[in-house]
Amino acid sequence: MTYDKTLTALADTTRRRVFEKLRSGPKTVGTIARGLPVSRPAVSQHLRVLKEAGLVAERSEGTRRIYYVDPRGIGALRKWLDQFWSDALQTYADEVERTERKQL
Amino acid sequence: MNRTVTPAPVRKSVRVNAPPDRAFEVFTAGIGRWWPKSHHIGASDLDTHVIEPKEGGRWYERGIDGAECEVGKVLVWDPPARLVLGWQLTSDWKFDPKLMTEVEVRFIPDGPNATRVELEHRNLDRFGDRSGAFRAQIDSPEGWGGLLQLFAQSASQG
Repeated sequence: MTYDKTLTALADTTRRRVFEKLRSGPKTVGTIARGLPVSRPAVSQHLRVLKEAGLVAERSEGTRRIYYVDPRGIGALRKWLDQFWSDALQTYADEVERTERKQL
Repeated sequence: MNRTVTPAPVRKSVRVNAPPDRAFEVFTAGIGRWWPKSHHIGASDLDTHVIEPKEGGRWYERGIDGAECEVGKVLVWDPPARLVLGWQLTSDWKFDPKLMTEVEVRFIPDGPNATRVELEHRNLDRFGDRSGAFRAQIDSPEGWGGLLQLFAQSASQG
């Protein structure tokens, strides 16, 4: 299992602060942005990266989006599947190339 | 209150130098030739993988001892454009008939003789329903604690 994506996601100082804010409990984008020297769209972008890395999840409450630290270890599983499909699609692409060469 | 938990799906794509119909055929009929041999459910080494070419078809692996193990099933069979597979393996690589996550694969023409293959593995929140296995992961060195420790180490080294 590789932690590259997680480490990359947390390497950015602002993103790390966004993540740290969530460790005290679920929050909206607006609440997270308060006290940070960046715009709300920038915070949303950071949240997207954290979500892709499996560190943060979101849920909806009415029209609000609530972000929170993924508590169920899906991050670890997600990273594992991410790596698995990368490997599998690569061997698949190699097989397509091999099959096509044979037909020429 | 309506609360939905939505971990992001895993999305991958790859471009292959073959038209969609042949890309589709290698993905399905040829899955036994490209599926990573290291990943198998059965006790013996992997012989092959089979996707039955129809909606509701089985998706299973066969070990070199001849034993068959279910992986999931075909939910949508729409060659050469689209395939949706039901992935029913848990995080500890066991078949669970109660678990259903979807792997959608789209084959999109990309130039005269090439295809962009886009894969999405979704419903990852359903893995979380088996919370016992996940709690074990979180508590293991490879889980959350280990991750943060690893992060702390690399951050302090950097």
